[in-house]
Amino acid sequence: MVYNYYPGCTLSTKAKQLDLYAKKAAEALGFELAELKEWQCCGAVYPLVQDEIGTRLSSVRSLAAAAAIDGKLVTLCSACHHVLKRVNSDMAENKEINAKVNAYLELDKPYQGETQVLHYLEVLRDEIGFEELAKKVVKPLTGRKIGAYYGCLLLRPAGVMQFDDPENPSILEDFIKALGAEPVVYDYRNECCGGYIALKDKSSAQNMVSKILTSAANKGVEALITACPLCSYNLQVNAAAAQPLPIFYFTELLAEALGVKEEV
Amino acid sequence: MQKIGVFVCWCGSNIAATVDVARVAESVKSIPGVAFAADYRYMCSEGGQELMQKAIKDYGLSRVVVCSCSPRMHEATFRKAAQAAGLNPYLVEIANIREHCSWVHKDKEVATAKAIALAKAAIAKVKLNTPLVSGESAVVKRALVIGGGIAGLQTALDIAEAGYKVDIVEKTPSIGGKMSQLDKTFPTLDCSACILTPKMVEAATHENITIYTYSEIEKVSGYVGQFEAVIRKKARSVSVDRCSGCGICSEKCPSKKAKSEFDQGLRNRSAIYIPFAQAIPNVPVIDRENCLKFQTGKCGICAKVCPAGAIEYEQEDELVTQKYGAIVLATGFEPIDMAKFGEFNYEYCPDVITSLEFERLTNAAGPTQGHLVRLSDGKKPKSIVFVSCVGSRDTTERGKTYCSKICCMYNAKHAMLVKEKYPDIDVQVFYIDVRTPGKSFDEFYRRAVEEYGVQYTKGMVGKITEEGDHLLVHASDVASGAQLSVPADMVVLATAIKPAADARKLATMLTASIDTNDFFTEAHPKLRPVESPTAGIFLSGVCQGPKDIPETVAQAGAAAVKVLGLLSKDKLLTNPCVATCNEQTCSGCLACEKVCPYGAISAEYKLVNVKGLKERRLIAQVNEALCQGCGACTVACPSGAMDLKGFSNKQIMAEVDAIC
Amino acid sequence: MHLTEKEEAAEILRISGVKADNCMQCGKCSAACPAGAKMDILPHRFVWELMNGRVNNLAASNTLWQCLSCFTCSARCPRGVDPAKLIEAVRLSVIRKQGENRLNVDELPAEIDEMMPQQALVSALRKYNK
Repeated sequence: MVYNYYPGCTLSTKAKQLDLYAKKAAEALGFELAELKEWQCCGAVYPLVQDEIGTRLSSVRSLAAAAAIDGKLVTLCSACHHVLKRVNSDMAENKEINAKVNAYLELDKPYQGETQVLHYLEVLRDEIGFEELAKKVVKPLTGRKIGAYYGCLLLRPAGVMQFDDPENPSILEDFIKALGAEPVVYDYRNECCGGYIALKDKSSAQNMVSKILTSAANKGVEALITACPLCSYNLQVNAAAAQPLPIFYFTELLAEALGVKEEV
Repeated sequence: MQKIGVFVCWCGSNIAATVDVARVAESVKSIPGVAFAADYRYMCSEGGQELMQKAIKDYGLSRVVVCSCSPRMHEATFRKAAQAAGLNPYLVEIANIREHCSWVHKDKEVATAKAIALAKAAIAKVKLNTPLVSGESAVVKRALVIGGGIAGLQTALDIAEAGYKVDIVEKTPSIGGKMSQLDKTFPTLDCSACILTPKMVEAATHENITIYTYSEIEKVSGYVGQFEAVIRKKARSVSVDRCSGCGICSEKCPSKKAKSEFDQGLRNRSAIYIPFAQAIPNVPVIDRENCLKFQTGKCGICAKVCPAGAIEYEQEDELVTQKYGAIVLATGFEPIDMAKFGEFNYEYCPDVITSLEFERLTNAAGPTQGHLVRLSDGKKPKSIVFVSCVGSRDTTERGKTYCSKICCMYNAKHAMLVKEKYPDIDVQVFYIDVRTPGKSFDEFYRRAVEEYGVQYTKGMVGKITEEGDHLLVHASDVASGAQLSVPADMVVLATAIKPAADARKLATMLTASIDTNDFFTEAHPKLRPVESPTAGIFLSGVCQGPKDIPETVAQAGAAAVKVLGLLSKDKLLTNPCVATCNEQTCSGCLACEKVCPYGAISAEYKLVNVKGLKERRLIAQVNEALCQGCGACTVACPSGAMDLKGFSNKQIMAEVDAIC
Repeated sequence: MHLTEKEEAAEILRISGVKADNCMQCGKCSAACPAGAKMDILPHRFVWELMNGRVNNLAASNTLWQCLSCFTCSARCPRGVDPAKLIEAVRLSVIRKQGENRLNVDELPAEIDEMMPQQALVSALRKYNK
C-alpha cells in the first residue's frame, strides 16, 4: 500500500526524527509514504472565522492534489493534520467557503472536500490494526511506563476531527500497549502545552508544561510520547529543570519496537 | 340532492383575525348541495351548537361541515350536536381552518383562499359520507402495570383498592425501584425505605394485586379493553414457594465477584442473591452469568445448604398469557452513563461518584453502613464538592437537552445531610441555576445555605484532576468572573436522568409514542397528561418525563383514575371507521395483511359471486374489533379492494379534486 | 464606513459563524481554560459581552493574545457554542487594522532558539500579525 503523504514544514528540518522513524516503521509494516509533489505549508493554525479565504487556499491545493491521485492523504504533524482536516470539512460542509475557494483556485476540477485525511496513527489503528501491529513487534518495550501526550489539535473539535474521545482518548494508549509497553493515563494528557505562546509569553508556556509534566510524573510516567513538534518543543524547552521527563515522538518508539530504529 | 350546512367558526380572533370568515361562508353558498352557510363567533359554544341544530331542522340538512379547529379538539362536540338534532354523527365533517390555516399564515388574503379550498374539500367529501354505527366491545376488568417502582406501585394500589385486579410486571428481582435505593427524601428528609416499604408490603399482600418480579413483557396484542400480554417470567432458579428467605445460600455462595446492582456497583454480591434486605419477594435469584454451577458445572453449594430444598437449577423461563383492559407504563429512569464525560475523571478517580452512588454511601444499609467515607482510602472526607447539571441542559451529542428536574433538590438534600451529620466537612455546590419550584422547596434549598452554611457557587466545573491524595475541582465563579481551583476530598456528580433502556422497545410493542429522548408522549401535554395517544395505554412516573417522588405519586394516582374510568365500563363503543374488503375485487394477494400493524387482517377461502358464477377464492378478512382505522391496508392494496369507512378512496379523491 | 459598537458585535458574530445566543452562562468554558489565569476577560464573559452587543472592551482585552486556540472551551461547552471562534473573530478584527500587529518581526530572532520548530513561528505570525 502506498499512501500520499503530507510532511509539512517542520518535519523536513527540526522534527526530522518524527518523519524518518515514521517512514522506516512504515517499511517494516508493509506500507509506503509517498510525499505529495509540490505540497504547500498548511499555515500551522486553522483559520477559525468564515471570511478567511486566502489562508485556506494552500491546504486545499494539497487536498485537491491528493484527490487527483487516490483520495487519501496521510499526515504526521498534529497541526498539519488539524488544519487539513478542518479545511477539508469546510470544503465539504460550508457552501460559501467552498464557492469562494474554488472561484479563486480555478482547479481543473472543483474541489468538494472528497479527500480522506488520515493521521499516521489512524492508519495504524484503522487500516493496519493494533493487533496486527503487535504481531510485528520484534523488540517489545516491556516494562516501560509510557504516558501519551495528546495535546489539543488531534482531538478537538471532536465533531470534525473524528479522531477519538476528546476527554478520554485511547488511541495512543492502545498504541503503547501494542508496542509491549505499559500505558499510563494521567489527567493532563489532553491539556494544552502552550503552543505558540512560547514566542510571546514564555512564562505561560512554562506554567502549562509544568502542570502536564507534574501530572504525568505523579502517575509514574517514565517517558512521554507525542505527535506534535511544537508540543515536543514546549515539553522539553519550557520544562522546569527539576522535571526532565524524556519526550519522544511516537514514531521513534514504534521504530524501536519494530527493530528498525538503528537503521535511521 | 344532499342538503349541506356549512358553519364557519371565528374561534374569537384565532381564525377570524387571519381568515375572512364571512367571505368563506358566502363563497361556499353557490356550491351545488349547499343549502345553508353561516359564520359564528364560537361554534363550540352552546349558541354555536344551537345554530347548527336549528339549521338542521329548519333547512332539513342531511350533511354538516364545520370549518373550525382541528377535529382532535371538537369533532366529538359537533358529532354529538348533530346527533341530538337527528343526524347520524358520521355525516359531519370538519375543515381544519385553524391549525392548518389561520395559525400558520399571516396574509389574510392567502389564508382566506386556503380556508375556502379546505371548506370545498370537506363539502366534496361529506357528500359521499355514509351513516356509520359504532359497534361494541367488552372490557376485560384487569389492568397491567409495567414497572414496580413507586409509580407502578401507587397506580396498582389505587386500582386494586377500587376493586379491580392488577398485575405488576417488574424486570428486576424485587419491586421498589429507584426509591428503594435512596437514603432520605426531600423536602422533609424522612427515610425513603420507611415510607416505601409499607407500600411494597401493601402491594404484595393485596388480594387484587399479582406481582411478577424478574419478569418482562414479551409481547402485547389487542386493543383498548382487550389487550393480551405475554409475560416472560425469567427463571429464578429458586422456588418462590419453598424458599424461606433465610439467606444461607447467598452467604455460602463461593462466587462473590458480581457487582451489586442495588448498591450501584459499590460492593460485590454473590451469584445467588437477594438484592436488598426489604426485597419483595424475599427470595433470591441465581445470576447465571456469574454462577459456577451454570458456568462450569461444578459447585452446587447453594442446593446443598438450602434447608428448604428450594434451589432449582433446571428451572426454565415461563411464559404467562393474560388479558387486560388497560395497560399502565411505569418504567422509570436511570442515570446517564458517564463514559462520554471524561473531564470529570469519573472513570479513573474512585472519589468522583454519582449522586445515586452517594445515596448508597450515606445509606445505613449501604456498603459502608452509612459511614461517609472515601472509596479510595476509606477515610472521612474533609471537603465535598457537588456538581449540578452533569449532562443535563446539554444540547451536544454528549448530554440531554432537558432539565432533569430532581437534581437541584437532592443536591441541597445531600449537602444538608452531610452538614447535619458532619458539621466539620466543607460543602460546596456548583450550579448553573438553582431550580426549586414546588411546595417548601425553595425554603429547603435556602436552609442549606442560610442554616447549614453550604457554599453555593454559580458556575460549572470544567475538569477534575488528582493532586496527590485529594482532587482539584477546576470551576468557574460566573458572578465574579474568576477561575477557581477548589481542593476536595470527594466530588459528587448530579448526573442527568434518562428513561429506562427498554422504553423504546415497549413503545414499539404497544404502538405508544415516545419523544426524541425516549420519554413516553402524553395524549395532550396539558389536558391529557397521563394518557398515551394510544387508547388504553396510560403513563405513570418518570417514564413520561423527569419528576420527583411527590409528583410521581400524584401522577400515578391520576393514571389509576383514568384506568378505573375505563375498567368501570362494561362496553366500549368501537370506532366504525374501519377497513372493509370488497370481495368482488380482492385478488387475495394479502399485501394488506403484511402492512397491518394491528394483526387485524386474515385470509379465508370464500365462495364469491363473479359475474353470475360462484368461485372459491382467497379473500382478505378484516377483524373490525382489532382494526384501528389507520388505512395502511388501503394504500397497500393493488386492486383498490380495501377501503376505509369514513375515509373511502372515493372520498379522498373527491377532496383532492375539489382543491385542484 | 463607521460601525456602531452593536453593529460591530453583530459583524463579529457573523464572521465567526457562532450562535452566541445558545449560551446559558454556565461558565464551563472558563472553568478549565488553560490560558485563563492570564486573561482579563474569561471566555464566558467574552461570549456574554458579544451576546449583549458589546465589543469595545473585548478588542482591548489581553484575552485576545492569551487564547491559544486549544479548543478546550469549544469541546466542553454543553450548548455547542464555540468561544474560541468568537475570540478569534475579535482578534482578527483588531489585527486586520493597520499598525495593530503584535509581534515585532525585527525582534523575533532573539526569541528563537536552536530547537524551536518552524511550526511555532508560522503559528505565532498567523495569530499575532496580519
